[in-house]
Amino acid sequence: MSSASRLDSFPEFDVPETNSQNNDEHPRLASSPILMRSQSVVKSYRKGKIEIPVLHGIDFEVREQEMVSIVGASGSGKSTLLHLLGTLDVPDEGEIFFEGNRIDNLPAASRDILRNQYFGMIFQFYHLLPEFTTLENVLMPVMIQYPFMKYMRKRRALKKRAKELLEMVGLSHRLRHKPKELSGGEMQRVAIARALISEPRLLLADEPTGNLDRDAGLEILEILRTLNDQHNLTIVMVTHDLAIAEMTDRTVRLAEGLVTSV
Amino acid sequence: MYKWLLSWRYLKSRYIALASVISVMLGVATLIVVNSVMAGFSAEMHDRLHGILSDVVLRSHNLDGFPDPNWHMEEIRKQVGDDLEGMTAAIQVPAMVSFSHNGQWVTRPISLVGIDKETYGSVSEFSEFLLHPENREKLSFLLREQGYGKGKKVSFPTSGWKRRRVQAEYEQAVIKHQTGSNFSNSGPSLPEGIDSFDPTQLDPPDSFNSDETNGSVADLPPLPPLPELENRSDHVEPDAVVGGMNSVPFQQPLESIEFDPMTEQHTGIVLGISICSIRGRDESGEIQDYYLCLPGDDVKITFPNSGQPPKAVSDTFTVVDFYESEMSEYDSSFAFMPIERLQHLRGMVDAQSGVGSVTSIQIKLKEGADLAVVRDKLQARFPVHQFGYQISTWRDLQGPLLSAVQMETTILNILLFLIIAVAGFGILATFFMIVVEKTRDVGVLKSLGASDGGVMRIFVGYGLALGIVGSGIGMAMGLAFVANINEVASWIEWLTGQEVFDPTIYYFSEIPVIVKPITVLFIVLGAVAIAVGASVLPARKAARLKPVEALRYE
Repeated sequence: MSSASRLDSFPEFDVPETNSQNNDEHPRLASSPILMRSQSVVKSYRKGKIEIPVLHGIDFEVREQEMVSIVGASGSGKSTLLHLLGTLDVPDEGEIFFEGNRIDNLPAASRDILRNQYFGMIFQFYHLLPEFTTLENVLMPVMIQYPFMKYMRKRRALKKRAKELLEMVGLSHRLRHKPKELSGGEMQRVAIARALISEPRLLLADEPTGNLDRDAGLEILEILRTLNDQHNLTIVMVTHDLAIAEMTDRTVRLAEGLVTSV
Repeated sequence: MYKWLLSWRYLKSRYIALASVISVMLGVATLIVVNSVMAGFSAEMHDRLHGILSDVVLRSHNLDGFPDPNWHMEEIRKQVGDDLEGMTAAIQVPAMVSFSHNGQWVTRPISLVGIDKETYGSVSEFSEFLLHPENREKLSFLLREQGYGKGKKVSFPTSGWKRRRVQAEYEQAVIKHQTGSNFSNSGPSLPEGIDSFDPTQLDPPDSFNSDETNGSVADLPPLPPLPELENRSDHVEPDAVVGGMNSVPFQQPLESIEFDPMTEQHTGIVLGISICSIRGRDESGEIQDYYLCLPGDDVKITFPNSGQPPKAVSDTFTVVDFYESEMSEYDSSFAFMPIERLQHLRGMVDAQSGVGSVTSIQIKLKEGADLAVVRDKLQARFPVHQFGYQISTWRDLQGPLLSAVQMETTILNILLFLIIAVAGFGILATFFMIVVEKTRDVGVLKSLGASDGGVMRIFVGYGLALGIVGSGIGMAMGLAFVANINEVASWIEWLTGQEVFDPTIYYFSEIPVIVKPITVLFIVLGAVAIAVGASVLPARKAARLKPVEALRYE
């Protein structure tokens, strides 16, 4: 894997303070460089013979160290947009750039690497693997990244880092628990730790609070806020909850597959 | 890394996978057991079939045989050369044996074989099958005092001279009794009526039950003896014996000299044990042989002479031993007698040269020699249009039986492999289910950066793990089963009351097994390959899942 060396070139496993190329404490303004950009992205789904257009040409950008929320009614295409940004899907038309490079037409192997090491993703339904413990779930991305021998050699350091991340999200007492033994909020916190294990440049969150009660949702948002504020992690979050969206730096509104307000 | 971990976790956490493991396990175990038993059967069959046959046999096309066996043997020696281990000349003719039992004459068809007792044992395992231990060492056509069955049989009725003397004594007593009561049938030549004597009719004298364990002789109620008169000149010809059998008392040259069964015997003959015994079970279900006649008894044999056309010739023989190869086909048909005597009786001795003809030459080759090559060499030397000999290896002679066993093994293997294939489809179905169940997880793994190949390898690895675990346990089970197969058989017998392996039917008293490591290896690898093969399709399905759709799947 060509990018296997990437982790090595990073300062070894410090808490994700990875994107701080400039020394400004809280830039997140128009001055900071664009991390990701979509240009007239069109996407439609096929249901039998009928084509259902979802996105009609989305122009969207995220700047480094920004925390953006995408809001819109259900069916407005916000999750689809997030999936396209996260290379889980390919747009029908238009282009997506990450750090200035086009990524929507990359071969599958390169997109796998992007998802594995450059993006972190969290979902509404947490999507933890039920057969694995909390710790193993967090380690999953690095298990995918490294071949067996390399993983075994780095195992100690990786485990230490996973434990630190779990401690950060307040779950250090739940290392050996299976997902079904955790509450919704706890599962989402595990998912956040998992998304951070390979020190991503960008965190994509799909309705992270959609399945949680208000308090648990706020806790999750608090964690995301902290990551953004203190560790300068760029975050794109999809939500339908305007109160949650209020707490981000910027809100993008989608309706009928178009950006209606920024 | 994650692939193996996931495969292993899925294997551990899915009970449905357990079903696949069990089906692979059972398939592998069954295949191993069946193959071992079939291999055991077929090896044992080979041994038995080969036991009394020499490697290569050269046979004349008719019963007159061919003259000058020595010249033939010399030629064969030239052809075969270093591969030759032993060689003997023999005569084989169809014949009929008759003996009296319970006052009735019992007649059986047999194959009468005239053998050279010095060399016959060198071409086959013939002597190993004899019942008397000394005959096993060195065959003699003289009746032994006693000790038949030692080392082979748990119990064997009194035989040999011991039996013969008691019979003769009893018979004389009967005759005296009959003449005393004016039994008009009994003529002056009665002492020769030994053929009518039946051991089962007598109350055993004290001397008779020394090592008697088989109750059959003593238990039966006495029947009135039916003396039958024999003209002794039928079976002992005045100028009968030319050398070879010097010490045998049948060489009574003249009719006038009385034959005393107390001290004399006729020409010795070795009978296959099933010719004159019946195998059955006693009340307690134990296997029991019931003997119609025993070493020490006299039998009459009728066979064709070599005249044109042949005429039937009869002679009286004394049974000097049984042989038991445990091949019922052989045990119930072959009888062996000295070749010189048979040549004489059949008129096969050339009047001028004094050399007897033979009907076959049996050849034993050194270990590892190629039988078919030797056969072809000999066929080239004795072309069929010139000599008319049938030259065949023992495999040719037993071809149908051997190929039947071979075919049985093949068919069984095909059927059983189909069973494993069924298990394979079970795995296929199970895996499709698991893939459907795991669709969301596949989406998650892909969103975390797992490649299509990686996802595929999870499920193929799952199949591999399942195959290895299943066939590993199956192998252990199969080998354990094979190692204790006779115990298992008797246990099943006890459980069902049905005999699994009936020694009265089969040639063997125990289920023979041979475990061939290469076969086991093939079975295990085959099963693993099927498990892996069955997992490929579902794995591909999993690998092709679109992450977005997989994640949306709830």
